[in-house]
Amino acid sequence: MSDQEQFTLTVNGTKANVSRPAGMRLSEVLREELHLTGTKIGCNAGDCGACTVLVDGEPVCSCLMTLAKADGCHIETVESLANGSKLSLLQQAFSRHGAAQCGICTPGMLMAAAPLIRANKAPSRAEVEDALGGVLCRCTGYAKIIDAVMDAAMEKPAMPMPVRHGAVGARVERLDGIPKLNGDEVFGADYWPENALYLRVLRSPYHSAQFTIGDVAAWVAKHDLISHVFLASDIDGENQFGVIPPMADQPALAVDAARFKGEAVAIIVGQSQDVAAMDISDFPIEWTELPAIMDVDVALADGTTLIHAHRENNILISGIVKHGDIDKGFGAADHIAEMSFSTSYVEHAYIEPEAGVAWMDGDTVVIQACTQAPIMDRDDTAKVLGLPVEKIRIIPSATGGGFGAKLDVSVQPLLGLVALKTGQPCRIVYSRNESMMSTTKRHPGVMQARIAADKKGHITAMEFQGDFNTGAYASWGPTVASRVPIHASGPYKTPNYLAKARAIHTNGPPSGAFRGFGVPQSTIIQEALYDELAEKCGIDRLAFRRLNALKNNDITICNQTLPAVGIDDCLAALEPFWQKHQQQIADFNAKNSRKKRGIGVSSCWYGCGNTALPNPSTIRLGITADGQVVLHQGAADIGQGSNTVIPQICADALGLPLAHISIIGGDTAITPDCGKTSASRQTFITGKAAMLAGQALRRQILRLSNLGDDAIIEMAEGSIHVSHGDKQHEIALSEMAANPYGYVLMAEETYNPPTEELDAFGQGKPYALYGFGAHAAVVEVDMHLGTVKVLHISAAHDLGKVVNPLLAEGQIDGGIAQGLGMALMEEYIPGRTENLHDYLIPSIGDMPEIEYHLIEVPDPEGPMGVKGLGEHVLIPTAPAILNAITNATGGARLYQTPAVPHRVLAAIQANNNVNEAAE
Amino acid sequence: MMSVMSSNTTYIRPLTIEDAVDVLSTSAAAVIAAGCTDLFPLTSAPRMTGQVLDVTGIKDMRGITDNGDMRRFGGATTWTDIIRADLPPAYDMLKLAAREIGSIQIQNAGTIAGNLCNASPAADSIPCLLALDASVELTSASGLRQLPLSDFIVGPRKTLRQADEIMTAVLVPKSSETGVSSFRKLGTRKYLIISIVMAAARIEVKDNRITHAALSLGSCSPVAVRLDKVEADLIGMDIHNATIPASHYVEETDIEATINPIDDVRGTASYRITAAKTLLCEAIDNCLNQVRSGG
Repeated sequence: MSDQEQFTLTVNGTKANVSRPAGMRLSEVLREELHLTGTKIGCNAGDCGACTVLVDGEPVCSCLMTLAKADGCHIETVESLANGSKLSLLQQAFSRHGAAQCGICTPGMLMAAAPLIRANKAPSRAEVEDALGGVLCRCTGYAKIIDAVMDAAMEKPAMPMPVRHGAVGARVERLDGIPKLNGDEVFGADYWPENALYLRVLRSPYHSAQFTIGDVAAWVAKHDLISHVFLASDIDGENQFGVIPPMADQPALAVDAARFKGEAVAIIVGQSQDVAAMDISDFPIEWTELPAIMDVDVALADGTTLIHAHRENNILISGIVKHGDIDKGFGAADHIAEMSFSTSYVEHAYIEPEAGVAWMDGDTVVIQACTQAPIMDRDDTAKVLGLPVEKIRIIPSATGGGFGAKLDVSVQPLLGLVALKTGQPCRIVYSRNESMMSTTKRHPGVMQARIAADKKGHITAMEFQGDFNTGAYASWGPTVASRVPIHASGPYKTPNYLAKARAIHTNGPPSGAFRGFGVPQSTIIQEALYDELAEKCGIDRLAFRRLNALKNNDITICNQTLPAVGIDDCLAALEPFWQKHQQQIADFNAKNSRKKRGIGVSSCWYGCGNTALPNPSTIRLGITADGQVVLHQGAADIGQGSNTVIPQICADALGLPLAHISIIGGDTAITPDCGKTSASRQTFITGKAAMLAGQALRRQILRLSNLGDDAIIEMAEGSIHVSHGDKQHEIALSEMAANPYGYVLMAEETYNPPTEELDAFGQGKPYALYGFGAHAAVVEVDMHLGTVKVLHISAAHDLGKVVNPLLAEGQIDGGIAQGLGMALMEEYIPGRTENLHDYLIPSIGDMPEIEYHLIEVPDPEGPMGVKGLGEHVLIPTAPAILNAITNATGGARLYQTPAVPHRVLAAIQANNNVNEAAE
Repeated sequence: MMSVMSSNTTYIRPLTIEDAVDVLSTSAAAVIAAGCTDLFPLTSAPRMTGQVLDVTGIKDMRGITDNGDMRRFGGATTWTDIIRADLPPAYDMLKLAAREIGSIQIQNAGTIAGNLCNASPAADSIPCLLALDASVELTSASGLRQLPLSDFIVGPRKTLRQADEIMTAVLVPKSSETGVSSFRKLGTRKYLIISIVMAAARIEVKDNRITHAALSLGSCSPVAVRLDKVEADLIGMDIHNATIPASHYVEETDIEATINPIDDVRGTASYRITAAKTLLCEAIDNCLNQVRSGG
């Protein structure tokens, strides 16, 4: 008998007959059978809501509904909202408010909002939160989503497209926004050729184990669905990848031992997606579980097993910065504060699990997958497959959030291997569980620090030591070990300084890049100590920070002189918030005993671009014979907005209205390398390359027209019209010969930020420029339950030059959400929290009201003064919240994150005991 | 009855209880599926495999009916059905709990019997249904039996349901639909949250004195519990008495004596005791405030 029956659904008003298994998830029916890929699958467990559709008008998670239950129902998906190319009012509001960043949760948000809007044209904030509470977002911090839903009732004009020379600084709606809103966007899982093979990965169930694999051929022969199995022995190239080539140590497929739970061991290739439902527990593999090392203290202990034989004491690498003389600095101090602090693994929890597709184009392996770093994917995959890099083409799909973990390869070598070996197209979609198990995390940190001040409150010295659990493989551990000592002082003048950080191997998941590379962890302890010192010195906490803030031309702890330091401007911008809320808090606390409010503040600084290493971006800008201006924008836009801000910078440099620029993405076959979307570098570095390319192309045009620098360039069909006062010139493009790229005029410019190698004590010029920021947070603590609600955050960021305020605010909201999660709820426990109901990220009801201060202290190195923002927005949030908890509770201090209720209550009780003992 | 099967997969969606129990009488390995909000998260596969008995096609299993001395909640009644139903104030706690089950999307799918049969220690509805003295109706091909909910759940994810039985209904005696009620749930975030502690309270007041109290805690212990001693202590209390609020007469030791607290990543055992007391007092005070303001 067949396990299929005919079912009839009405989908977006059209009857659809489906012949698939009755127990198939509706989400799979919509995507696989009806090709309505606007409905996204984030967890297959009802935890994220990305797959929300309306069934007979009511929102449900389509991943939790069987086809049989949907039989005869009316289904509405995101594809139903727009009328042709005209977006619905709700979608327009999302675009106008910047409510979609990466866009992966957007269909779920829209479908959850749709019934609310139908019933209630003017919903309150609380009603919006209740309606959208079932959909998680990791990019936006929900603020703009709430604004959009509350503003969706009426037709309103879109943000105007900027005029010539008016793009930089304008609130431009995301240029790539429409596909994110109407369901057309193609993420990693959204495209596959018919008959593509379907990959599953067999992974280690143990943190540490040896294994032997039996008769795979016999197993394949026994299962009709299985076409192939690939093992480490099938890899022809070098079976180890890694983002830092000299440290590369992670096998694409483990050879005979697994170093962490979730490590890939074998690729099981199915004829169809049905393989995903197959029971593979009879796969011929024998496991021998070994004792696992899960903590850095165990890893460092004498005689501990080495996870990598060549790395002594399980130390991957150490970093140090030494400046001045700390003995002198501590000796001269009037006050010293010291502390230990530990942080947990934090999961990126983007709503899009890793996914992609590969096929052969002649002898080239083409891989289309979500990514933050297409060229690095190409190079690492080529190495594993043993091919020259020209034989790998990476087409970045839209990426549903990254935050650092999509810098490392995941699906790419696996897809490439299968396409190469079988010659057939193939695809893979990670489950939520395997995404969480197998991809990188934020490093857990075990940190000690002491900071000294003189009696006037000037910092005299700081000492910091941090051990960071880098897990089973190197990934970005070296970057954390180098960035932390460079940043652990905060943006404060610290004349005597010694900071050391080590990346330590364990059998945990590999720790890699996560927005801030260790700096969010070290900032927590530094800013907590600043609060203690301010108190010892009897100085207001904000004033204490302003007293010590770096000023222009001050020397950093790396002995670098910075010309454009905006930290005091940021701190100054917080003053009205600080004063107002301190008064309100005092009033509130006088009247309430159960709930107590408090305020905290933290600064951040963050060097933009790679640390003392080259990291160029190249921008190609061409004009076709028919007058199209094409920008090869190779910076992966993972939601942060490069597809909008890079064209904005380019348009103003070229002198054309933004609307005239069209973009081509980071396909490695047609777009030059813009490096990775990481280190808060794209707006600065790729932006500068785009500025230089725009300026260069403008010079060519002006030269051809023989007109002056401030001539006006206008594009027409097949020609460029140049005018300067009453002088005119026409460049007939259609008569010009196209170059091999197809352009009649073209500029290509590379920008590599000037840095200098650091000496053995970290002295030098690690970054060409830094960005600065500060957050103040107001929290309310339930003194009986230990729960913490963040009520308000004021965020001030020095962007040098604000390219797009709308998108910058969205970055701030999203960084705050992740910082809040890190402070209050996020704790990844390997083997225990590998899903989105045990691992908690903030929901729409957990966000504070946010006020923004966009500060501009232009940096001479940045394009038009621009500095980076992407990571800065996360760094001060957790320290400000933790400091606010201490302030609210009359001194209860957490020494571990996250500050979950039972830890907060324990801290309150410990503080009460101390206070009682003192009385 | 729709029945489709292959070698290892059977998906049956009967239209009557009789057909459903017939299926179970011959294939006891079948998994009963309703809202699928607990079943689907167990797998990342694109579809259910094995033998599945989907009870959501059975009209008699959905909806709330008045059976004279009992109110009958069909087993496949969804949380949204309950939230939207016109029910006495004794059910306010159940509605509050229903609103905090996952999300609206989950409430539109998840069912009352599913929540009870899944028997998670953190099942949101259980404290409320315990405080309503609910019973469960289990139907098999050989007949029908009723069990008090307090007997039905015997451990974390363990119940007295036999493999050939379907929980066709949850029954609440009209005699327990009295008084006002309240529910409190504590979690680490606002939405989509598995609770650390839950408390449900239903209280009757006559002539300003508490005449009956039904109190229950969930998520604290392997199985949700009623708090007999605290309930008894409340009887006769004058709600305008100066010793109000509730924190004055609920002792942590009474809670500790009743529950064997869970100690896990969501909360330590000692935290759960403290938080349970706080939430329970809040639920009681909320009930008493309703009485005071409602007259």
